[in-house]
Amino acid sequence: MQITSPAFKRNAHAALGDAELQKALGNVRSGFIDKRLKAVEALPEFDRLRDSARAIKNHALDNLDLYLEAYEEKVRDAGGHVHWAETAADARRIVLDICRAAGAKTVTKGKSMITEEIALNGFLEENGIRPVETDLGEYIIQLRGEHPSHIIAPAVHLTKDQVEADFRRVHGHLPADRDLSEHEALLYEARRVLRPAYFDADVGITGANFLVAETGTSIIVTNEGNGDLTQILPKVHVVVASIEKIVPTLEDAAQILRVLARSATGQEMSVYTTLSTGPRRPGDPDGPEQYHVVLIDNGRSAMLGTEFQDMLRCIRCGACMNHCPVYHAVGGHAYGWVYPGPMGAVLTPSLIGVDKGGHLPNASTFCGRCESVCPMKIPLPKMMRHWREREFERGLNPAVQRSGLKLWAFFARRPRLYGAVTGLVAPLLSAFGRRKGRFTKLPLAGGWTEFRDLPAPQGRTFMQQVARDRRAR
Amino acid sequence: MTGRDAILAKVRQSLGAGDDPARRQAVAERLKAAPQGVIPARGQLPRAERVALFRSMAEKLLASVERVAGYDEVPGRVAAYLRERNLPASVRMGADARLEAMPWAEQKTLELRRGASDGDDAVGVSHAGGGIAETGTLLLTSGPDNPTSINFLTDHHIVVVNAADIEGDLESALAKVRDRYGKGAMPRTVNLISGPSRSGDIEQKLILGAHGPRALHILVVDDQADG
Ligand code: SF4
Repeated sequence: MQITSPAFKRNAHAALGDAELQKALGNVRSGFIDKRLKAVEALPEFDRLRDSARAIKNHALDNLDLYLEAYEEKVRDAGGHVHWAETAADARRIVLDICRAAGAKTVTKGKSMITEEIALNGFLEENGIRPVETDLGEYIIQLRGEHPSHIIAPAVHLTKDQVEADFRRVHGHLPADRDLSEHEALLYEARRVLRPAYFDADVGITGANFLVAETGTSIIVTNEGNGDLTQILPKVHVVVASIEKIVPTLEDAAQILRVLARSATGQEMSVYTTLSTGPRRPGDPDGPEQYHVVLIDNGRSAMLGTEFQDMLRCIRCGACMNHCPVYHAVGGHAYGWVYPGPMGAVLTPSLIGVDKGGHLPNASTFCGRCESVCPMKIPLPKMMRHWREREFERGLNPAVQRSGLKLWAFFARRPRLYGAVTGLVAPLLSAFGRRKGRFTKLPLAGGWTEFRDLPAPQGRTFMQQVARDRRAR
Repeated sequence: MTGRDAILAKVRQSLGAGDDPARRQAVAERLKAAPQGVIPARGQLPRAERVALFRSMAEKLLASVERVAGYDEVPGRVAAYLRERNLPASVRMGADARLEAMPWAEQKTLELRRGASDGDDAVGVSHAGGGIAETGTLLLTSGPDNPTSINFLTDHHIVVVNAADIEGDLESALAKVRDRYGKGAMPRTVNLISGPSRSGDIEQKLILGAHGPRALHILVVDDQADG
C-alpha cells in the first residue's frame, strides 16, 4: 500500500472535515471502552493476568531463537511445513510459490494484519490469483479498495449507508429492489455471497494470534467463523505469522487469551479460538491436506535487544487505539500505513523507517491511556519519546522537532479536535476516577491547562514543556 | 545462508545470545513442565456449581442450554429442537461412539447424514470433548468422530457435552487434550467455541450468524455412570 504517514497532518486535517468518517468514529468512542471496562471489572485476576502475560512474552522474546527452533520441529513432526521469510518480499514470494504449487486461482483469507503489512493481496492479484477477504469488515474494505483503519475492526471508519451503497454497486446480480436497510440484511448478504468462495478456494490463508512452541500449533481468534472456514475447506492452509507470535506452551497461550478478548472487544472469550496443528490426519473427513507456516521477520529481529523490544509483546488487541483521543478524532487511515493508533505510532517507524514513520510518535496528547489499558503493559508513551530522542541523536532534530511541534500545535489549536479529545478523555477519566475515588467531578472544564494538569502517568513530556514555554511567551 | 539461518542469526545477535547452555535448559524445562499461571477463582467450584456456571456463562454468550438426564434422551431433544423451529428433520453427524450409541432409531422421521458437512446442512450434532465453566466455552476436537466442518457450516449447531467433562478453567481443559493425545501432540484442530457466530463489523452492531452457525444449542448430559 502507498505509505502516507509523512503526510499525517494533512491526513488528519482531511479526516476532521469528513462528516461521514466522524459519524463512524463515534462508534469507536461509544462501543469499545465500556465493554472493555465491564469485562475487566468482572475478572478480579485481570491485572495479575496482565503481569503473567507480560512475563510470558518477555521470556519468549528473550529466548526467541530457541523457541522458534522448538516450534519448527513440532510443526514438522505434525506433518506441516515451515518457511522463513526475512523480508516482506520473501514472504510474498513464498506464499505465491505455495499457491502456484497448489494450482490456485482463488485464495480465501481470514483477517490478518501481517498480510496487510506485507501487501500480499495486491501481489497475488498481479500474479493472477484472486484473494477473497472473508472477514466481514475486511470484505467491505476490499470491495472499496481500501485498507483497514483499525487492527480488529477494519471497517470501523464506515457507516452502514456506505456499506449498503457498496453492496448495491458490487453485488449487481442481486435484485435492485432488495431491502438492505438493516445491519442484518447486509451481514446475511455478505454471508451468502462469500459461502461459495470457501468451496472454490484452493488455498486458505490465515494469520495467527499465537504460535505454540510446545506443540507446533497456530492459534487464531475470531468471532465470525470465517477464519475457520478459510482453513478447513481448501486443500492447502497457509498460516502467515511474524516471529514474535511465539509462546512456549498451551498454558502460556491460555494466560494471554484471557487478556486478549477482554481488552479487544470486552468479550470474555472470542467466539472461536482455534488451535491448528499440521494437516488433516489419516481418517479425517475434513481439513486441509497441506499445512504451511510462513514465519516472517521483516524488522522484528532488529527490535530485539533495543528499547523497542517491549513493543514485540503486542498482541494486536486494539485497546490502545480504542482509548486514544487522537485515533478517535482522526481514525486509522490518517496514520498512513498498516498500523494505526499508539501501537502504530511506535511500530511504524520501526518497520518502515523513521524517514517515513517518524512523524507518528508526535501524534499523541501523552494522556497515557494507551499504556494504562494495554494488556501487555507496553510503555507506549515512553517508546514514542524514545523515537524522538533517536531523532535528536541522529541530528535530524531541528526539523523533526519543528514538525513535531507543529503537529502538536495542530491538535491543540483545533477546537473541534480539541472537543473530540476532551470529549473522550473526560468520561474515561471519570470512569477511572469512580473506581479509584480520585475525581469528584469531571475535569477538563476549560482549556489545555486543565488537560495538562491531569495526573499523567508518564509525567510531563518534552513536547508538553515546549508547548508551555511557547504559550508563556 | 537460508532465510531460516539468517533470521535465527539476527535474533541471536540482537539478543546478544551465544550458545548458552543455561538458556537452553530454561527453555527445555519450560516446554516440559508447562507451568500454570494465574487461574481465575471463578471456575474453581464443586461439580454441581461448575456445571451451573458453565450454563449461565454459555447463556450469556447467547447459546441455549438444556440439561438432559442421560444420553438416551438426546435424540428426542434434538428432534424436538428441530420441530420447535420448523427445521427440516435432518441432522449432520460424525461417527462419535457416544453419539452412535444413542437411540436415534426411535426418531423415525429424523434423517441422519454422516460424515463431514457439505455446506447444505441446516443442523449439525457434535459431541464436545469438554466444556470450560469460567467462560461457558465448548472444546471440540477434529476427526471422523466430530468433523470440524459441522462446527462451522451448519446453521444450527447442537453440541452434546457430558457434565463430567466440564472443567473449571481453560488450562484444565487443554491439559485433558494433552493427556488424550500425548505430551506435545495435538489433534489437527481444537475448536474452543463460545456462543454462536457473530459480527460487529458494521457500526459495531452485534449480529449473530456471520459465517458460522446462527444458533448454538448445548445439551449438558448428566450421565449417571460418570457421577
Ligand atoms: S500495544 Fe497493547 S493495547 Fe495496543 S494493540 Fe498492542 S497489546 Fe493491544
